[in-house]
Amino acid sequence: MKHIKTITPGTLTETVKKGGCGECQTSCQSACKTSCTVGNQSCEQSLIVEKK
Amino acid sequence: MVHLYENNGLKIALDVNSGAIHLVDEMAYKLIPKIEELIKNDELDENQITGPTAEILELYHQKMLFTPDTYEDYINEVKDRETVVKALCLHVAHDCNLACRYCFAEKGEYGGNDNGPKLMSLDVGKRALDFLVTNSGNRHNLEVDFFGGEPLLNWEMIKELVTYGRSLEKEHYKNFRFTLTTNGILLNEEMFSFINQEISNVVLSIDGRKEVNDRMRPLHDGRGSYDLIIEKFIKLAESRNQADYYVRGTFTRENLDFTEDVKHLANLGFKQISIEPMISCESNLPKSNSLTELVNEVPGEGPAANPDFALCPEDVPAICAEYDRLAKYLLTRKEKGQPINFFHFMIDLTGGPCAAKRLSGCGAGSEYLAVTPGGDLYPCHQFVGQPEFLMGNISDGITKTALYDNFKATNVYTKPKCRDCFAKFYCSGGCAANAYKLTGDLNDCDDLACDLQRKRVECAIMLKCDGSS
Repeated sequence: MKHIKTITPGTLTETVKKGGCGECQTSCQSACKTSCTVGNQSCEQSLIVEKK
Repeated sequence: MVHLYENNGLKIALDVNSGAIHLVDEMAYKLIPKIEELIKNDELDENQITGPTAEILELYHQKMLFTPDTYEDYINEVKDRETVVKALCLHVAHDCNLACRYCFAEKGEYGGNDNGPKLMSLDVGKRALDFLVTNSGNRHNLEVDFFGGEPLLNWEMIKELVTYGRSLEKEHYKNFRFTLTTNGILLNEEMFSFINQEISNVVLSIDGRKEVNDRMRPLHDGRGSYDLIIEKFIKLAESRNQADYYVRGTFTRENLDFTEDVKHLANLGFKQISIEPMISCESNLPKSNSLTELVNEVPGEGPAANPDFALCPEDVPAICAEYDRLAKYLLTRKEKGQPINFFHFMIDLTGGPCAAKRLSGCGAGSEYLAVTPGGDLYPCHQFVGQPEFLMGNISDGITKTALYDNFKATNVYTKPKCRDCFAKFYCSGGCAANAYKLTGDLNDCDDLACDLQRKRVECAIMLKCDGSS
C-alpha cells in the first residue's frame, strides 16, 4: 500500500473466541493503585507462549 | 469507530473495535472519515475506486477499519460467568512513617473510620490467604499485594505470611504472586534477598526531584524523605537487574513539568518509572443513583475538599503538552540506546488483554478485594475506611452481596460516557473509586482522568508507530 502502513492488524475480535481465562494480572496490582491501566498489560497466555 | 489523530508528526488511525493501528498519509487521513460515513449510510459505490480509497476499502474488507462493535452481547455472557476472587490488597499496616500531603489513605489512617488494629496479625494474614485460596476456584495465579499505610512497619509478619502462602501452593495447585508497595524508609539491604526471591514486583514510592518529593512526601516532623530512601532504591533496582519493580511517583499541579521528574529518576539509573496524576477527592455532583441508596445505609462523612495542589480541569492542556514532551524524551533516550519504560505509556499491541478483560474493568469488588488489618473486606484499597463500602470480612466472606453485584455488573457498556470513547478498550472504563469519589456513581467517569487517559493512549500508540513511518 502506498498511502497506509499497518502497524498492527488488531486481534481484539479474535480474542472473543478464545479469551477470558482470567489468569491475567489484576490491573491495580501493578504500579498504579490510582487509575485503571488494563491496556498496558499482557495476556497471560501470550506470556506463557513467549516463555516456551 | 476510527480514531484519527496526529502526534509527533505522525498521522495515526486506530480502528477501535479491532485494535488495528495504521499510519496514514494526508490523503488517507482526510478520506477515512468520509468513507466511514458513506459505509454507515450504505452510499458507497465500490466500482471504479482507486488510490487511497481502494486501500481504505481493502482494510475495511479485512476487518482492520470500520470494524463494528459486536461486544455488547458478549459482555453479558462474560458477566454471567462465575466470578472468583483472584487478588487481594492486604493492608498489613494502617500506619505510616510519612505524612504525604496528597495521600488518599490519609497517612495510613483511612479517614479514621477503621477502629481495628493498626497492624495485621499473622493469624488474620493467614486467614486472608485461606479466604483467597477457598474463593479462587480454578484460578492458578493468585496475587497478593502488601500495602498500607507502610507495609514494612509489619515486615516480620510479611515474611512469615509469604512462607505460609508458599506452603499452600502445592496442595491447592496455586501460585502466589506477592507484590509490595513501600515508601522505603525502613528498607534495608538485609531485606533485599528476601524481596528479590519472593516478591514478584516492588513499587518504590518517590516523586522524582528532591524538592518535589520532599514538598509532598515529608516525615511527620516535616523533614523531607528523599535523602533517606534514594540510595536504597537505587541499590534495590540494581539488585533486581532493573526489572520487576517501579519507582512510582505522583504529580500534582505543583509539578506539571513532571517530565523533569522522570528525567531525574532516569538519570539516576532507574529504568522502570511511573509518575501518575494525583487523584482528586472533591465530589462535584449530588449522589443520586441506586448504589448511593445502597451505600447510604451507613452515612459516611463525605469527601474531603480538594487541596490547592489538586489537578483541575484547566490543567488538562498543560498536562497533555507535558505528556507529549515526555514521549519525545523517551524517544530520544531510545535513539541513544538508553531506553526507559514509562508505565503509563506501556501498551501491548500484539499480546495485550483479551476482549473479556478489556470489557470487564478492574475487577474491584468482585475479583479484587482489599483486606484491612482487622480482616474487613472492601471493594479495593481506595474504598477502605468508608463504612458504606464495608463488604464483609475474611471469616464470613462477602455479606453485602448487593454491593458485590453492583461492582460485578459494572463494565464499559454500563458507562454512558465510554460508549463513544476511543480509549475504552485500554482503560476498561477507568477507576471505579475515582468515578465514585468524583460523581457518586460507579457508572460515571472522572472526566479529568479520562482526558489524561486518552492522551496517554495516543502517546503510547505513537511511540509504537515511531520508526515505522
